[in-house]
Amino acid sequence: MSRQSNRTTDSKKMNSELFTLTYGALVTQLCKDYENDEEVNKQLDKMRLIEDFLARSIGRCQDFRETADVIAKVIGKFQANQNVSGVTPSVTNWSPAGDEFSLILENNPLVDFVELPDNHNTLIYSNLLCGVLRGALEMVQMAVDVRFVQDTLRGDNVTEIRMKFIKRIEENLPAGDE
Amino acid sequence: MTDEALFEFLHMEIVSHVYKEQQASKGEMDNKDRAACVSVLEGMGFRVGQGLIERLTRDSPSFKDELDIMKFICKDYWTKVFRRVAAILFISPPQGTYVLQDNKFSLLTQLSGGKQYLDQAPKYLAFSCGMVRGALSNLGLDSVVTAEVSVMPSCKFQVVIQKL
Repeated sequence: MSRQSNRTTDSKKMNSELFTLTYGALVTQLCKDYENDEEVNKQLDKMRLIEDFLARSIGRCQDFRETADVIAKVIGKFQANQNVSGVTPSVTNWSPAGDEFSLILENNPLVDFVELPDNHNTLIYSNLLCGVLRGALEMVQMAVDVRFVQDTLRGDNVTEIRMKFIKRIEENLPAGDE
Repeated sequence: MTDEALFEFLHMEIVSHVYKEQQASKGEMDNKDRAACVSVLEGMGFRVGQGLIERLTRDSPSFKDELDIMKFICKDYWTKVFRRVAAILFISPPQGTYVLQDNKFSLLTQLSGGKQYLDQAPKYLAFSCGMVRGALSNLGLDSVVTAEVSVMPSCKFQVVIQKL
């Protein structure tokens, strides 16, 4: 993966670059450890990052629509820290039943300086994001399917994440030794 | 939600992932396995350090000498990466040895405030050692970087510049 960028050095940028570069090193290492992209995607999906924070923000949302807005706001804040022109992702393409929507990100901070080489066409570079979103929603008792529909790394204009509400997870009593 | 916290979370997750993977395939971990994990983490840090120093020094003039470079690492590089300044404790230019101390190393503050979990500390230092080694490498210096901790969150990094 080659690097290309013409940003000016700025202390806020520096910190985001540390995160972006570290994420890049992680993906590179995973590609080395695992034979195929599917495995790498699975590993990225398993990782847990800010679920706690995200779950607390989503917390007492009354319905899925409210949840969508909160998620967009949190990601927007994260992006505002990363980019000069931070833009809150937009929530669009609601399904008629109101259980599915798209999150459109104009910039994906994870992919600064990244180019996907040809032999990794099925690699979902930002799969960590899907795992984090799904994990956070699980923490607030919601089972949601999270998928990348468009990805700027694969040549699309924007990054689009599709989120579909599956069901409410029943509260499990702490007893039991599974 | 700050960038620093994000990096710290990602770092913790990476360390835990590397060790889990090793454990999953081997069952019991022996010293060789642990050394393998440390070297994977160090390698990742190396790449990140190289990239970071490139961005950081793009517009600055070249350094006068080794000492100048080490001072830069302690001040500017440490500030950008760990949000603090590290002190140079010990210098021995003829042998190319430097010891840097950080009393409140940001990647250890969440771990403990004393001697608890001391044996876990090396896992969380490997990446940072790699970052320093990577930064020096891109500035033209080959080095060996090790870290030691006696009381968290203070830790010492020893840098030995390899003379050709």
